Amino acid sequence: MDYPLLAFYAFAAAAVMSAVAVISVRNMVQAALFLVLTFFTVACTWILAGAEFLGIALVLVYVGAVMVLFLFVVMMLDIDVARIREGYVRYLPVGLLVAVVMLGEMFVLIGVKARMATPFGVNAASAAKAGDVPNTTWLARALFTDFLLPFEVAAVILTIAVVAAVMLTLRRRVGAKHQNPMDQARVRAADRFRMVKMDASVKPAEPAPGEEAKP
Amino acid sequence: MTVLETGLSLGHYLALGAALFCISLAGIFLNRKNVIVLLMSIELLLLAVNINFVAFSRELGDAAGQVFVFFILTVAAAEAAIGLAILVTLFRNRRTIDVADIDTLKG
Repeated sequence: MDYPLLAFYAFAAAAVMSAVAVISVRNMVQAALFLVLTFFTVACTWILAGAEFLGIALVLVYVGAVMVLFLFVVMMLDIDVARIREGYVRYLPVGLLVAVVMLGEMFVLIGVKARMATPFGVNAASAAKAGDVPNTTWLARALFTDFLLPFEVAAVILTIAVVAAVMLTLRRRVGAKHQNPMDQARVRAADRFRMVKMDASVKPAEPAPGEEAKP
Repeated sequence: MTVLETGLSLGHYLALGAALFCISLAGIFLNRKNVIVLLMSIELLLLAVNINFVAFSRELGDAAGQVFVFFILTVAAAEAAIGLAILVTLFRNRRTIDVADIDTLKG
């Protein structure tokens, strides 16, 4: 039993336990934090498998961005947890049954025992890859040659998602004062300031108030 | 005890992916009233699929698997952003995120 295998078992146990915690804790902030732990341990197992770039990307993208977004939303919304947990106990038996039966079926189908017999280094394909180039270089060569168009499409998808998210949550409050940049840019001096020509008019000279009081 | 004698292999990763997949599926069953935990379970499902992609990519020495994981991460991030935006809008309009309350379209 070598060191990577030992580390894998530790990471896998941590990942499974934190995944169970995600779906079972009452507090949603704690659930989000356990999801962070799950993502981090899974990233560790990916690095064990030699996918260093994706492991770091998972930590950066998920732990750094997506989970922070989740935490923001969970803390922003005022949610009645007791009401939302109704039905948890009622669906617990059927949920567990489905999950356990499905897990057993998957194990039978993929033949876990037989798959575990040959380690990664032994078979020819992965041995040819190992010791060649760093994982990031290896991935980038595929990404920027064969998969360049999907890469660009992915960038467009992210842009559209950002625009859509802003559009969905942006709200015009009634009564709030906003500036309209289009109107501001269009304004001309003639609209703002107008010279009006008027004839000069002279007021008739009034006698001073002090003089009238005297007899 | 053959499991402990060999090195790290494809089977280990497939087992981990299957376990996470089933856990998140159970999460969708159990937390069906809570949209936030449903979104978290969907993220876990995608993660389980990604584990399989990474493991097969390592096994076959093919970069396409890891490139595909990259794209799945992109789409999952976009999905989380839009899903949470819809959730915030929903909460603002209805003051609840209970799935049972969202039945306006029901005849």
